[in-house]
Amino acid sequence: MLINRKEVEQIAVLAKLRVSESKIDAITSSLDSVVDMINHINEIETDNVKPMANPMDAVQRLRADEVNEISHKEQLLAMASHADDDYFLVPTVVE
Amino acid sequence: MEFNGIREIASALHTKEISVQELHDIYHQRQYSKADELNCLINITPELAKQQIQSSQALIDSNQANILTGIPIVHKDLFCTKDHHTTCGSRMLENFVSPYDATIVDNLNKAGMVTMAKANMDEFAMGSSNENSYFGAVKNPWDVTRVPGGSSGGSAVVVASGLSPIATGSDTGGSIRQPAALCGVTGIKPSYGRASRYGMVAFASSLDQAGVFARSAEDCSIVLSKMCSYDAKDSTSAQVKQEDFSKNLNQSIKGLKVGIVSEWMDSLPEDIRNTTTQAIQKLQDLGAELIEVELPTAHLAVSAYYVIAPAECSSNLSRFDGVRYGYQCENPVDLNDLYVRSRTEGFGDEVKRRIMVGTWALSAGFYDAYYLKAQKIRRLIAQDFSKAFENVDVIAAPVSPETAFEFNAKKDPVSMYQEDIYTIPSSLAGLPCMSIPIGLVNELPVGLQLIGHNLQESIILNVAHQFQQITDFHKQVAEGYYE
Repeated sequence: MLINRKEVEQIAVLAKLRVSESKIDAITSSLDSVVDMINHINEIETDNVKPMANPMDAVQRLRADEVNEISHKEQLLAMASHADDDYFLVPTVVE
Repeated sequence: MEFNGIREIASALHTKEISVQELHDIYHQRQYSKADELNCLINITPELAKQQIQSSQALIDSNQANILTGIPIVHKDLFCTKDHHTTCGSRMLENFVSPYDATIVDNLNKAGMVTMAKANMDEFAMGSSNENSYFGAVKNPWDVTRVPGGSSGGSAVVVASGLSPIATGSDTGGSIRQPAALCGVTGIKPSYGRASRYGMVAFASSLDQAGVFARSAEDCSIVLSKMCSYDAKDSTSAQVKQEDFSKNLNQSIKGLKVGIVSEWMDSLPEDIRNTTTQAIQKLQDLGAELIEVELPTAHLAVSAYYVIAPAECSSNLSRFDGVRYGYQCENPVDLNDLYVRSRTEGFGDEVKRRIMVGTWALSAGFYDAYYLKAQKIRRLIAQDFSKAFENVDVIAAPVSPETAFEFNAKKDPVSMYQEDIYTIPSSLAGLPCMSIPIGLVNELPVGLQLIGHNLQESIILNVAHQFQQITDFHKQVAEGYYE
């Protein structure tokens, strides 16, 4: 096994996902097969190759910090399950 | 009433042989009679269409119309359509209403196209069979017991079954070309950066690209020309001039150098290989010169892709936290419970698998060994293509190792991922590529992939159009549709 049950549980914590007890073995096995497939990238040596993050090798463009459109605050807040005034509401974090 | 392409529809509209409303009614009627059995649409948008029908008719009546004015279109349901639902095939966005139009939607609206509906798709564009949609699998009109391919399966089926002459799609690793091939339609993905990603729900940002499905290369070229534009709202948008991709359609391809990857051809099952070879032979009949090319790193493309795409997916999909928009679980006990249950209940199995693969690849200790390594492989693949294009103008290749397969045929993820072995390499290199129909094997469509060098959309469209001038494969339709 390239990836075990404990590691899958840890990945789920990092990804903010829950893996149920009834599914964990199946998920571990499917992730293991994916990792096995991925491992083929180690077949060749790439020490002197520059990583390619963007197919055009473009660098992140910055724009001028100018006000260019009206605020959509109300429209965007309306999409939340729970919002009040200018805030998104979540369960109490600090008593 | 059936039209042979956009030019014919536009001519009928401009000469008042038919009104935009009458045209719309034909497609609307077909959608109501066929869309349910094929499950290819998530939402039909009559309110949106109504307004656009009126405004496009007004443009025609005042002689201000262009070739796309009044032409119906269906958008893949990951393109935001202002004030209308955009679900991305997911429970997570089931009730999401777009606050703005995607730039490509805006461009096509401005051209006067009429949005009729939003097409079904694999959840968050992750899949090669359309079995991953929260709204159920899309069926292939050629055989409803088989998949249409994915992830833009709904869009491919809409065009294949005559429910709209045009549909948009998106392609990350083959999501336009593979369903186009499996459904017998023409589909193109332009070069990375050509079409704005603003308002297109993100899966893998360095790969995602919008494109078009139509019945012919000519129709694809007309729509793509209006769809693509430099967009300041997308920081990865290519700063290149808008181009008329149909400008070279009628050029002869005599003397054009067409690259063939023998290794790929040899790996095909015999019947698909024969059909593909015959199609390539037709290019030779048109005067093209066939030249062998090698892509020595391409065999590692699927492995590298399944590091890069899930890594970008895990980052992009971290925005779905149940707080600001999208699905929220019932009665969360605390903030972490809200995050975890909203995501666990809102995402489907394949999306969760890719988030986990990406999270793993980006986690401490693995970043260099997997993510950077995969990006290095990506560069080698891009260099393979650059080298090949020193000797050829276009590469002709298979699209898919098989024709449409039955539902539930691929039980494990890895066998599904291998469906994209011929489409992923050009995606990693960001190249323009398309699929055109080249005939049937056991009564199921087969496609040919045409890959161009960076920003050379007009060359692959030229080759495709010339092929479609001497063949009728792109006119073949499944029995019982287009009626």
